[in-house]
Amino acid sequence: MDAIEHPLRKYTRPHVTRTTTCPGCGNGIVAQAILRAIDELGLEMDDFVFVSGIGCSAWIPSPLFAADTLHTTHGRPVAFATGVKLGRPDMNVMVVSGDGDLTAIGGNHLIHAARKNIDLTVVLVNNGIYGMTGGQTAPTTPLGLTTITSPYGTMEHPLDISATIVAAGAPFVARWTTAHPRQLTRSIKKGLQKKGFAMIEAISQCPVQFGRVSKLGKATDFLQHYKKNSISFSKASGLSREELAGRIVIGEFVDIEKPELSSQWMDLKHQMGQEAQCHNKQ
Amino acid sequence: MKKEERLPAGAHFIMGNIALAEGAIAAGCNFVSGYPITPASEIVNRLSVLLPGAGGGFLQTEDEISAICAAIGASWAGCKAMTATSGPGFSLMQENIGFAVATETPLVIVDVQRLGPSTGVPSVGVAGDVIQAARGSHGDYQIIALSPESPQEMFDMTIRAFNLAETYRVPVFILADAFIGHMREQVVIPAQDNVSLLNRKIPAPGTDPMSRQDFLDPAVAPMPVFGRGLKAHVTSSCHDKNGMRNLSDPASMHAFIMKPIEKILTQRDRIVETESDYRSGDTLLVSYGTVSRSAKAALAKGRAAGFKIGLLRLKTIWPFASKEIEAAAQKVKRMVVLENNTGQLFPYIKADAAAYCRVDFMGPRILGQIPDPDDVLKYIQETT
Repeated sequence: MDAIEHPLRKYTRPHVTRTTTCPGCGNGIVAQAILRAIDELGLEMDDFVFVSGIGCSAWIPSPLFAADTLHTTHGRPVAFATGVKLGRPDMNVMVVSGDGDLTAIGGNHLIHAARKNIDLTVVLVNNGIYGMTGGQTAPTTPLGLTTITSPYGTMEHPLDISATIVAAGAPFVARWTTAHPRQLTRSIKKGLQKKGFAMIEAISQCPVQFGRVSKLGKATDFLQHYKKNSISFSKASGLSREELAGRIVIGEFVDIEKPELSSQWMDLKHQMGQEAQCHNKQ
Repeated sequence: MKKEERLPAGAHFIMGNIALAEGAIAAGCNFVSGYPITPASEIVNRLSVLLPGAGGGFLQTEDEISAICAAIGASWAGCKAMTATSGPGFSLMQENIGFAVATETPLVIVDVQRLGPSTGVPSVGVAGDVIQAARGSHGDYQIIALSPESPQEMFDMTIRAFNLAETYRVPVFILADAFIGHMREQVVIPAQDNVSLLNRKIPAPGTDPMSRQDFLDPAVAPMPVFGRGLKAHVTSSCHDKNGMRNLSDPASMHAFIMKPIEKILTQRDRIVETESDYRSGDTLLVSYGTVSRSAKAALAKGRAAGFKIGLLRLKTIWPFASKEIEAAAQKVKRMVVLENNTGQLFPYIKADAAAYCRVDFMGPRILGQIPDPDDVLKYIQETT
């Protein structure tokens, strides 16, 4: 019998047969959500540039995805992606990286790309900890959690990155968990179709590092925890801070239209009578 | 909307920074990202006006880190990209300068040096980043750095910098300083038809990425730029010749470091440029950048007064002109190194020359003040 090939295998590099992801990690669910979104929209991988930083989830596109992939320095993928998008406004430019990469060292770039409203789709994989370096506190680690670098419990309040990026002016921001793969896929599709900055936060399990300190258990326990503790954006808006403690607010927080940076640049060049694309013809 | 035009061919009385911006447009630069900083600001100010009409884009970033990252991203998208900064901004860029080196990204990085360390004095030019340009990022690597001495060279060397970057797929540095950046002098801009431009090679689409050799080729592999169906895998982590990450094979690690270094060092004769005027037995003034103007004035004055004196100017700082310095040292009696800093290149010059002649360093009497030519001659007389 011929081996059955995964329907999304055609979107990955043939020679890449394994990933660095730990067993039970949410990266696989996020990778599939991204590829399924591309598949369902009928987009071509040759029209994509995937940009990622440093960390476990930065390895989702690189080297796995069979497209142009740019694997950058820690915290900087959004800054690199901004240059790629302005250089090739006709390409779909997607950033895939983790919470340590995009909210800590790279927080400033994320805020300003949202403010500038450049047409990037950012998939932020939030596992609430630094997984690759062994389980240190992240800006997203829940208050009081004991980690490698907060051995007495973290005293810092976690960052609500989706709310921050909404406030920074992004026209599309959504948050789901890996227990919501269909909703996650749908929002990534919307993000790809949005002409503007779109961020999709994917709360994702890290059974190895986060699981060890939180005692949440196996990957399946995480998924059940996500299902039980998630609350939709609309329901959450009527609840008090106390009632929301420990809950994960999910949904699409904003979905509006506003002028986008790379197309404004194209318009300006067009008005100047120039070719619209910053692209060296050979 | 009024389209701002670049300066027409002919002679202009302009500031060095403006000449550099005009040179970038003449070189075909079509992406510039930058963060405002003195004394480099006029470069991006001017380019923000010129680029849209020249088919390019300008991005003012939130900091210098994003400026260099965006320029690298734009280069991979096929643009001729540049960023311009000064000391503190240059320090901030260092990590990602290493990224450009590791990924073999063509790029021009302008550092209009100022007095440092830290925030220092923005309006005073000290060539304090000469070593940082070559050694500022972590790890071992080679770069190309040019050292202009006049607003005319700010124009000419910018075109050369882009051509070198495209030819060798490397970041190229222009190490100017506040004096040249803000100096106004005659700059002759050639007709565009007389500007020779070089472009990077790009692989043919459709080839299997695993059969292409896109990286780590000392003979410079074609660059798999984005958006051409090449499925480029670009990573600054140790990679093989196909660009694929490899963190375990010692041969790959060795090649990852050594091949980009070889790429520059094997081509050094095509890259290194010096200007020399000396005879056997001379006292040789060795200098670069702003201070070489003083050396040239001292040369003219000294010769008229009967001094046996010569000059060697480094137009390229990196790769280092070891061969030219060694050759000169074998002919002259003594070298006097003039630098607009506390002696950053002096140890390198001494290492190449000390076996053949005496090598002295004449530092600025007051940092940031270019020595008076008479002072140079007095120093030579007093220390002979």
